Amino acid sequence: MKPLAQLIEAALFAADRPLTLEELEALDPEVSLAEVRAAVEQLRDHYDLDGHGVEVVELGGGWQVVTRAALAEALERARVVQRSSRLTAAMLETLAVIAYRQPVGRAEVEEIRGVQSSGVLRSLQERSLIEVVGRSDAMGRPLLYGTTPLFLELLGLSDLSGLPRTEEFSIALQPPAVEAPPDDDAAAYVEAES
Amino acid sequence: MTFPVATAPAFTAAPAPVLERESAFVVEVDGFSGPLDLLLHLIREQRLEISDIPVARIADQFLAVIDQLQLNQAADYLEMASRLLRLKIQMLLPRPGTEEGWEDPRAELVRRLLEYQQIKEVALWMGRAAERRGLMHPRGYLPPPPDLPPEPPTLDLLELLMAVDRVVAGILHPVLHSVVARPLDVEGATLRIETLLQNRTELTWAEALGPTPTITDVLSTLLALLELARRGLLRVAQPHPFTPLVIRREATRSAD
Repeated sequence: MKPLAQLIEAALFAADRPLTLEELEALDPEVSLAEVRAAVEQLRDHYDLDGHGVEVVELGGGWQVVTRAALAEALERARVVQRSSRLTAAMLETLAVIAYRQPVGRAEVEEIRGVQSSGVLRSLQERSLIEVVGRSDAMGRPLLYGTTPLFLELLGLSDLSGLPRTEEFSIALQPPAVEAPPDDDAAAYVEAES
Repeated sequence: MTFPVATAPAFTAAPAPVLERESAFVVEVDGFSGPLDLLLHLIREQRLEISDIPVARIADQFLAVIDQLQLNQAADYLEMASRLLRLKIQMLLPRPGTEEGWEDPRAELVRRLLEYQQIKEVALWMGRAAERRGLMHPRGYLPPPPDLPPEPPTLDLLELLMAVDRVVAGILHPVLHSVVARPLDVEGATLRIETLLQNRTELTWAEALGPTPTITDVLSTLLALLELARRGLLRVAQPHPFTPLVIRREATRSAD
């Protein structure tokens, strides 16, 4: 391994959070961002090819050394690590609305979900998965929410473009037997709206 | 007419991803995260066409379920129930002769359901992504906690005074003066004014002060006057700006 890859390995090992390429670049004043990227990828390939129990992944806009998913069960069973608490359905729904509609206010979240959502918004804020990103110009200047880097890290994404595109989702409610799509006023209305 | 739904096992079998109790008030009963969720469940279970919902049937089933699950205290569910009943009525109204002029009253509900359905799919995807991500553990390094601020010192008065002495001793030319307590004598002033007003109905500020008043006399007299005025025994007036105050006995309540 090149000295730069070694340096990066040491930094990723010692850090308590994902490190961005820019942060890694600061390790050595002589190197360029492109060289850092190449070295990170070399390190990743090195871990993969040699079959290490840890891997180098890009998460939440930075790079991190993590244990391989296949080993998680054994690690958790032996209580070496603890699985992070999962999110409730309400939290996931709310995160979905915010991720796609941000910046978005509480009223819109509640309109889409059909339930009052102030509690779940607060919980997500406490977990630093969403944050207040501004205020709307609407009446009462309501707070607007957006997702945080921690949200990306939670899902293992490097940025928001890693979220599935909504066109890729089926509207899976039609009975599978029916071939022809409905062609009534309601469907036309929906298309015009979306 | 029988309703094929509204049997308990069907609903307890619904996905129940409620894994964490939150302190906030969240209505999430038997896996339904809201009225739209319940509605979608009914539609999907009966393989109905979302854009052509049989409103009357769904409305009855919805009511049966919220009654059975005791959701009727949740305002969000009740609001949806009333919306469905309203739609049910609208669907019963005669339509105009031509189909063109008829606007499907269900359109708004259909739009919301489709939107919500999409959000549910995204949420499902996110849940899986978080699950996959949760299998990869970073190093369990935790930064050491920051140092706590020092405990507040406990002193007694003597120590404090000794410390002051040490500080004062270090000053080259200390400017010190002793503070003399000059207690106000409001009672004395009150007595004096009352005595004066026994024989007269009116006196001036200068008379109330007495000869050669000190600053404490002035303050005592002022407080005494204000107190007597508050009790309604006298009235303080100033005929013109910057003229001396005139103190008058209050005729009506002088017997107090």
